[in-house]
Amino acid sequence: MDFALIAKVWTFFAAAAWVTLQISALAICLGLCLGFAAALASISRNVLLRFPARVYVSIFRGTPALIQLFLLYYGGPQIGLQLGPFEAGVIGLGINIGAYMTESIRGAILAVEKGQMEAARCLGLGHVQSMRNVILPQALRLMVRPLGVNAVALIKGSAIVSTISVVELTYTAHRYISSTYKPFEMFILASLFYLVIVSVVSFAVNRIDERVALES
Amino acid sequence: MGLDFSILAGYEGVLVQGAIWTVGLTVASIVLSLVIGTLMAVFRLSGMRIVRWPVSFVIWLFMGTPLLLQLYLIYFGLVQIGLDLNAFTAGVIALSLHFAVYDADIIRAGIVAVDKGQYEAARSLGLSHAQAMRKSIVPQALYNVAPALGNMMIALLKESSLVSVIGVMELTLSAQRAISDTFRPFEFYLAAAVIYYVLNLVLEQAVKAVERRSAKYR
Repeated sequence: MDFALIAKVWTFFAAAAWVTLQISALAICLGLCLGFAAALASISRNVLLRFPARVYVSIFRGTPALIQLFLLYYGGPQIGLQLGPFEAGVIGLGINIGAYMTESIRGAILAVEKGQMEAARCLGLGHVQSMRNVILPQALRLMVRPLGVNAVALIKGSAIVSTISVVELTYTAHRYISSTYKPFEMFILASLFYLVIVSVVSFAVNRIDERVALES
Repeated sequence: MGLDFSILAGYEGVLVQGAIWTVGLTVASIVLSLVIGTLMAVFRLSGMRIVRWPVSFVIWLFMGTPLLLQLYLIYFGLVQIGLDLNAFTAGVIALSLHFAVYDADIIRAGIVAVDKGQYEAARSLGLSHAQAMRKSIVPQALYNVAPALGNMMIALLKESSLVSVIGVMELTLSAQRAISDTFRPFEFYLAAAVIYYVLNLVLEQAVKAVERRSAKYR
């Protein structure tokens, strides 16, 4: 173990961890927006809304995130979409995780007991009103944990943006492995940052989940 | 620069070859990850702290870090300790270890979820510990965990694309090679995406078939 080397380079890893955090946070926001929109569309009775949402989920869950990212970053300019590495990273990761989040959100909405909708409609609420005032508030409690799992997966999955030269944690680790030939030290250093980020997010998700969980 | 999919003609061989390597890589990693995952699950349930703790630590470490980073560690790190593996072997090891950790968690939960009375009943009928495990507990656990393990296998197929970064000539890297010939990233990545999608559908159907078969142990 070369601790002197770790002491020398750790600040670069800390700066890179900040980039990982930024890219993950932005991608999670984008994924949540897409996820909510696609989840609501996918349970709609209107086939024009339902079908595109199902196609989106199927395509983006059915192909590797890396290929999606390459298609966006390297293939984008061919269809007039010129993005920098950071923007491409956020958009690529966000669209990908959005497909998984759609399923988490959809699952939570469908998990709300059917009688709730029937009761709301019986009380004279419209479909949209019942959805907004009765179903969604209950579904929100149920989707905290699965969305948290998606978010943690995204933070780890954000490592793939290193392949389009975003200088985040994995890119930094790879660069220092190549220049110092100390793979174990660099792995452990980068891992520490990932483990801290992932542990904090998991802890936060657990606390929120406990807070909002229904008694019973 | 517009799109021109006729460029794909002439590169079918390269892409098919890549797809075959992707399938080989995936199958080898799935098998190995199930073996390692089962061992880890058993170790983790073991009464001996000396085996339980290190395995739990490795599971925690690998669950909290990206596959890509683990891939770099195994490919470059094993050279440091004198094990010069080719890229394919390093890729299989990294993928299997990464997924073994998740499989271990799933399998452990599956074994724990089997009612204790099942084991006691098997033992009281005269089966030995090993027989009870093999004939009663594990088949029931398999039913419990089949859907979750299936999801892991489907994820593994997609994640196998990461192995391209250490130079395994699978589907993603094959597409990249064709791109460096033709400078047509969109067409080739899209073609690769279509092939992955089809492979994914096939694997999904296979997983569903296994789930149906394991359902009879319920």
